[in-house]
Amino acid sequence: MRELALHLLDLARNAIEAGATALTLTVTEDEPADRLEFVLQDDGRGMAPDTVARATDPFYSTRTTRRVGLGLPLLQATCERCGGRLDIHSQPGEGTVVRGNLTLSHVDRPPLGDMGAVLQALACESDHTSFRYCHRTNGATFELDTVELQRELGEVPLTDPRVLCWLAQFVNDHIRDVGSKA
Amino acid sequence: MSRATPRPIRYVTHDTVSSDNEPEGSIESVKTREELQALRERAKAALAVRDSQGGARVVVAMGTCGIAAGAREVMSALLDELALRDLTDVAVSQTGCKGLCDKEPVVVVVTAGLPAVTYGRVTPQVIRRIVADQIVNGQVVSEYAIMTGSEA
Repeated sequence: MRELALHLLDLARNAIEAGATALTLTVTEDEPADRLEFVLQDDGRGMAPDTVARATDPFYSTRTTRRVGLGLPLLQATCERCGGRLDIHSQPGEGTVVRGNLTLSHVDRPPLGDMGAVLQALACESDHTSFRYCHRTNGATFELDTVELQRELGEVPLTDPRVLCWLAQFVNDHIRDVGSKA
Repeated sequence: MSRATPRPIRYVTHDTVSSDNEPEGSIESVKTREELQALRERAKAALAVRDSQGGARVVVAMGTCGIAAGAREVMSALLDELALRDLTDVAVSQTGCKGLCDKEPVVVVVTAGLPAVTYGRVTPQVIRRIVADQIVNGQVVSEYAIMTGSEA
């Protein structure tokens, strides 16, 4: 994957496939510590300990349409290549937390990329899976909550394509406004 | 593990006063928020006259394979084209990998009077054509169709 944003979309899709009704995605750029951290928390069906242990094995997948599962192993490889790590915590029936970090200045670190388009894609599913996005830099924080956005929109669905086009631009404008260098 | 609970939206908050003298905690995006309200008014008006496309549905495959192959860009182009054409009654959704990884990005389009059409190797340009040809005009874009009849 060329962008971290695509990995985050992949993680969020995992959560939606796991039946999550609410996601929280946090990206933190800590320049003094030279870290880029991301956390995705969901309230999906969760995984048993043996499944968590095999989740980063590329030749393990619970799906039946193919025999490999590359999403988490690819992301783990990216984090480790960039001086970081990936951790998965999960409880059956309670949800999953995926937490990863990378060295912000690492030459191999993929760019964050088009987060606006990622949140736009996720917002298509916001009628059954709401999400909160939080982007922190040293000094500023951008927060977005689909439940709150829907309240502002009233009877107009967040899934209206014109609203979703606005959303993508809005997110990217604000990530830039909080001084993102990722 | 606590459930993700919604909190009030704050958009941007600044921990410190920034160089352009933004007061602490101010909302920077007043103009953009107003745009959302303007959008709401326009969309409300359009809701009254919708239903022109007879409930067309588009499903974009968003498994790891789809995302790596460009499904996000296809999704953005699809939403942009629907917005440009004011096609607000087309249901857009996503699915995971259905085993057609080598044909990704894969998109399934369901329109009135046609069996479901599965398209493969879809690009942003191709999805815009599918909107015009199949969703608006009822014509399958046959050179990209890889399957008809089943809803992948």
